[in-house]
Amino acid sequence: MKVRLRELQPFDKEAAEAAIKHDHGLHPHDEYLKPGRIPHIWCPGCGLGVVLTTFIEAMRRKNITPDQCAVVSGIGCTGRVAGYLNMDTYHTTHGRAIPFATGLALAKPDLHVTVFSGDGDLFAIGGNHMIHAARRNVNLKVICVNNFNYGMTGGQVAPTTPLGAKTSTTPRGNAEPGFNLPHLAHAAGAVYVARWTTFHPRQLVHSISQTFDKTGFTFVEAIAPCPTGYGRPNKLGAGLDEMKFYGEHSEIRNGAPPGDAEIELRGKIVVGTFIDVDRPDFLTSYNSRIVSAAQAKGKQKEKVKIA
Amino acid sequence: MKFWRLPLDAEAHSIPQGEVRIIESRCKGCGFCIEFCPNGCLKVSKRFNSKGYHPPELVFQAEDCVECGLCTLICPEFAIFTQLKEPKKITEEDIQRVTTRFSRKDKRYLRR
Repeated sequence: MKVRLRELQPFDKEAAEAAIKHDHGLHPHDEYLKPGRIPHIWCPGCGLGVVLTTFIEAMRRKNITPDQCAVVSGIGCTGRVAGYLNMDTYHTTHGRAIPFATGLALAKPDLHVTVFSGDGDLFAIGGNHMIHAARRNVNLKVICVNNFNYGMTGGQVAPTTPLGAKTSTTPRGNAEPGFNLPHLAHAAGAVYVARWTTFHPRQLVHSISQTFDKTGFTFVEAIAPCPTGYGRPNKLGAGLDEMKFYGEHSEIRNGAPPGDAEIELRGKIVVGTFIDVDRPDFLTSYNSRIVSAAQAKGKQKEKVKIA
Repeated sequence: MKFWRLPLDAEAHSIPQGEVRIIESRCKGCGFCIEFCPNGCLKVSKRFNSKGYHPPELVFQAEDCVECGLCTLICPEFAIFTQLKEPKKITEEDIQRVTTRFSRKDKRYLRR
């Protein structure tokens, strides 16, 4: 068989830049996105783009410019968010988004530091960082996009996969129950806990814009469809079918105890704003106890020297 | 249900008119905007875009867009948005149309 190859054409930089400029700036959200990065790599029907859109919309609603905000993300499909936003972003190693963001939030207290990461990154390898940051009440906003599996590596079982769900590493059904993320975040001490699916974009915008006003550790879980990794083995259909499923099976219960928000395969999903309390955050309690004590000690020494 | 006259405060209110803009080269054909548009303004077009997906298209009753902005929010690809045109004054036709065609029992998606 004779194979015909297309002629190689040298890379035309000017034409590539013109193509980038042609599309960038058409959409009103493009001022928050890096030029030339859209279209993103996420699959058709993936809910990650919806969560990114709602985050940008919440920033626009609160009049937060890109230089007042920093986004830290881990590894995975959701970790790509850091590459798409046109602001100070950092793409950390696997599971270490929260330690990096903790340092950033303590060094720059007036910056809105958002951790944008997936369930496998935040709760599997970074689980301890997450619960200890919530215990200390560091001034962080965590947006966890939950798609029930490790999507980027090929749909392996994750700590959030429900009992009985099929993934590429559990072909006969998962034998372990999954995490209840809002309950975990509440038990660890988060001051704001909410869960929405991508079927509720307006509520998600409202929740994320509420977290910009809070000081302390806020946690928003966004349940997103994953048609390739989770939908196909579990016969949930394409992304659109999963969205319809969330619309039919989600039950809005604001203020419900987070312990009720267990997720079962093909079961009801309890969504809503569960917890909204106030607690002194880490930086204020650190300043009021340790820094002020050290300053008082330093003043005593100065007095002794002068005398 | 039928209204027998215009509401007395009809002049104080207006219907916002939106214009849907679609960036076709970005669309990946997930169909979220088509499914979840509350007024059923969009449908799948028969054309292909440069990636080989079918982008959404405005249906004939595209003046029904009221600029709610749900398509902007629910599009994962930053490929669709709405712009506000001049608001329209409420006429008797609008009220009849809204009460008959957009009643809750009506299955709008069958009309496409």
